[in-house]
Amino acid sequence: MTEFTLWDILRNLLLATRWTILLSLVSFVGGGLVGLLLLFLRISSRKAVRVFARCYIELFQGTPLLMQLFIAFFGLGLFGIDVPAWLAAGLALILWTAAFLAEIWRGCVEAITKGQWEASASLGMGRLQQMRYVILPQAMKIAVPPTVGFSVQVVKGTALTSIIGFVELSKAGTVVTNATFQPFTVYGLVALIYFALCWPLSKSSQMLERKLNVAHRNH
Amino acid sequence: MSLIEITEVRKSFGSNEVLKGINLDVQPGEVIAIIGKSGSGKSTLLRCINGLEMISGGSISVAGAQLLDDQLHLKTLRLKVGMIFQQFNLFPHLTVGGNVILSQTVVKKTARPVAEAMARKMLDRVGLAQKFDAYPDELSGGQQQRVAIARALAMEPIALLCDEITSALDPELVAEVLAVVRELANEGMTLLMVTHEMKFARDVCSRVVFMHQGRVHEIGPPGDVFPIRRLRS
Ligand SMILES: Nc1ncnc2c1ncn2[C@@H]1O[C@H](COP(=O)(O)OP(=O)(O)OP(=O)(O)O)[C@@H](O)[C@H]1O
Ligand SMILES: [Mg+2]
Repeated sequence: MTEFTLWDILRNLLLATRWTILLSLVSFVGGGLVGLLLLFLRISSRKAVRVFARCYIELFQGTPLLMQLFIAFFGLGLFGIDVPAWLAAGLALILWTAAFLAEIWRGCVEAITKGQWEASASLGMGRLQQMRYVILPQAMKIAVPPTVGFSVQVVKGTALTSIIGFVELSKAGTVVTNATFQPFTVYGLVALIYFALCWPLSKSSQMLERKLNVAHRNH
Repeated sequence: MSLIEITEVRKSFGSNEVLKGINLDVQPGEVIAIIGKSGSGKSTLLRCINGLEMISGGSISVAGAQLLDDQLHLKTLRLKVGMIFQQFNLFPHLTVGGNVILSQTVVKKTARPVAEAMARKMLDRVGLAQKFDAYPDELSGGQQQRVAIARALAMEPIALLCDEITSALDPELVAEVLAVVRELANEGMTLLMVTHEMKFARDVCSRVVFMHQGRVHEIGPPGDVFPIRRLRS
């Protein structure tokens, strides 16, 4: 039987970590874009549009991410669409991230006082112009800490995609364990790598928040 | 023809009728003070004139622009009539100059150098040319309110609506803002202002509208609407 050195294990895990990072980035960026669209729908002046966005958000926030992954992976298969694991994983995570980011950002937009809407309206700006030039620049500033904070959830969320067979860090952990029979060492390392990814994110979220509180200046 | 025509205007919030048939015609260059008890509908009337509130009945037009509930009509109307708020509502993320430039470039598509020149001119008019690069939170309340006036003026409106624009100010800062308004009045700007500054209203306004429970209770030259003895008290 081959002997596995610690380095062998770590190397394999690190190779898989690339996929965790890539999937996190894709989910976060894609989720951010879809989330921005959802945000606009969520605060639209038309009621039907608002209701649609609210239903979407509540649906994705109110069901486990795992179920969403299963539905993307197996559900689409029922319609004869063959979905590879990476696609199902990316799609589900993007849609899930979008729901949460849209809701975080909605809170930030609503934190901007009514006076800002009224002043910009009285100057003749349309709704999109108000959003782009007056509301979002202010809302984005307060949105940074919670948004960065949520990215931690996205990184941890990618671990679930191992269940539908996407080979990222967690899945690699299982594979390596099966080959080495050293579950404690392997999963210990896996946990450490996740921590190394997440800790800087949550720490910088905290720091950003503190910086924002100290700087009572709005610019 | 009157500049601002307010005809049989009604406004309800739910079952609460706040404006109960307001009629008011304002001639170009008139300065009108709107006074009345809290809750009599003064702010609501002003907010209806530039479409921040939609009316439930009647009609409003400013220099031929009708108040109608769609973006195009609202924009046309709002280009004719500017508004100054009690809370200033400057954009905190922009400099003073940026505040005055923004709507010109975004709404009127004015070229930036032209908008900037206009901003400097208007800031000079309110006595704040040197604050072009400051941020709103570096200014006193009175200065912020004067920037808000410059911002509205930069859009070259035909009329200005002022809703208690000195009420949020420390007493010693009221005069500088009123001086600017007085200047505007002298230059022939049409002004509709809700105010508690009775002395100012008497000195500057051509007519005073006294509102009571959603109706125009009395209207006329300042001397008629509040005789001197009422002013002294
Ligand atoms: N957005 C709103 N929704 C519901 N009711 C409102 C709204 N705005 C105003 N009102 C009601 O309309 C009435 C008139 O309000 P308005 O603000 O016009 O009074 P005002 O004369 O400006 O009073 P004040 O001197 O206190 O500013 C009040 O009873 C108020 O409660
Ligand atoms: Mg009021």
